[in-house]
Amino acid sequence: MRSRIPVILLACGSFNPTTNMHMRLFELARDHLHQTGRYQVIEGIMSPVSDNYGKKGLVSARHRVAMAKLALETSDWIRVDPWESEQDTWTETVKVLRVRSHQVLSYSIAWVWASCPKLQFNLLYSREAVPNLTDQVILLWSCTAPTEVSTAFLPELKLLCGADFLQTFKTPNLWKEEDIKEIVEKFGLVCISRAGSDPSQFIQESDLLSKFQHNIFLVREWIQNEISATQIRSALCRGLSVKYLIPDSVIAYIAQHNVYTAESERSNEGQLLQPLRLQNTAINL
Amino acid sequence: MEDPDRTEVVLLACGSFNPITNMHLRLFELAKDYFHETGKYKVIKGIISPVGDAYKKKGLISANHRVTMAKLATKNSDWVEVDDWESCQSEWLETLKVLRYHHQKLLSAGVSNSLQDAVPITKLGRKRKQEPNRHEPIKKRSVPQVKLLCGSDMLESFGVPNLWKLEDITEIVEKHGLVCISRAGNNVQKFIYESDILWRHKNNIHLVEEWITNDISSTKIRRAVRRGQSVRYLVPEAVRAYIERHGLYSADSEDTNAGLLLAPLQKHACDPRGSQAPSS
Repeated sequence: MRSRIPVILLACGSFNPTTNMHMRLFELARDHLHQTGRYQVIEGIMSPVSDNYGKKGLVSARHRVAMAKLALETSDWIRVDPWESEQDTWTETVKVLRVRSHQVLSYSIAWVWASCPKLQFNLLYSREAVPNLTDQVILLWSCTAPTEVSTAFLPELKLLCGADFLQTFKTPNLWKEEDIKEIVEKFGLVCISRAGSDPSQFIQESDLLSKFQHNIFLVREWIQNEISATQIRSALCRGLSVKYLIPDSVIAYIAQHNVYTAESERSNEGQLLQPLRLQNTAINL
Repeated sequence: MEDPDRTEVVLLACGSFNPITNMHLRLFELAKDYFHETGKYKVIKGIISPVGDAYKKKGLISANHRVTMAKLATKNSDWVEVDDWESCQSEWLETLKVLRYHHQKLLSAGVSNSLQDAVPITKLGRKRKQEPNRHEPIKKRSVPQVKLLCGSDMLESFGVPNLWKLEDITEIVEKHGLVCISRAGNNVQKFIYESDILWRHKNNIHLVEEWITNDISSTKIRRAVRRGQSVRYLVPEAVRAYIERHGLYSADSEDTNAGLLLAPLQKHACDPRGSQAPSS
């Protein structure tokens, strides 16, 4: 059996709150990559943004992480990583990818070294240093004969997103050009778009993106299910039902903790998003 | 909470539910919110009535499975329930008959309730009079209205030749009422405008706009299952697990009833009176 490249999907976002659509993105991406025959998705990671992202209506990371955890209770391969949300400052997406990837790589190396003492490896990190990685990584590695270890078996970390995320590459000052390049070159993008919208044109119109289009996976979502978190919050504030759009456990949590109110919607009002603030500062220097 | 000024409404959804999806369940939630916001109605119950196997729709799997999945899906709902009366009938039943059945059921339940209220406490030797109970005023409960809940596709199917009897459509919108959930920009209003019957009773046709673009059709779910694709978060988790456990929805099951005529078409084609599309 020809070996597939293991892949870990990482989704960054507000998750304010986590909706059924967020979780669908993972399922669609996994199906798509599996059907290429070349990849095996071993893990999905949801990484909620930190509070100082400054987005309007963003509630405390504590709540967003808790809700994401509840939402993912029934999933056996997707988990929440609170690392990004716990940072004091906002973290560029590319940095999150780098940190995660570093952890994956070092964990993999540590495991291989531990199981084949004869191989020469620099043991940089022990398993204890990277406790967040799941047993799924271990399982995959156990299928690999130790003597055949090569970089092809190291899990690839790919950024999972919706088509609207891709479009934000165009927003002035929101992204640094070199960051976008690193994301598409070193990592890769899995972009879910809805039937009727076609991001391939957007990619063609960008020199940078078209250069790395082999590393940009476009997945068509044929079963439309556009659940905007903004609309969810607005419905909650108006006392309308959001059942079957977000998990019951998340609905219960929101009610119990009174997470979304007219007041919470006004938080960060009038403020610039952190990445825009940073760019402005850089320009003014 | 008691609200005597509001008319009580029961929502009835008929359909294949093959399988039930989050979209079906959303119809109920949207309709309930809509009626609540009017200030005039109060939705007290939702009923899911899966069609019987005799409907002969292509790809329709056994009613047993469909009813079970619907029950799993509504386990966490405190107001929507599944009724399997229709699915147990050996012959296909017109939607109107199902409406009438549930209406009758509510009537009987209402009658027995009001009888209970009316029984006075009498002492021995006293002439029995039909007197209101002195401690509580009688509430003359009006029977809840049963309204047919559907998507725009069902409403527009009124125009399919031989699918519906004109007199059935008339009775549905005249005596009961329709709640139709549709997407913004849909042709539903135009369809109603172009039909004399529907236009005449448009006050009894409630149009509710769906604010989420939700296109989770059962057909797409079956297709995804056939192709080994995930349907998580599109159907309730218990339903997804059930489908997997029982290996439902394969290429074979999709061929069920292939080439057969849908029961209503079969029935009305034989009817000498025939039927007319409502716009005529």
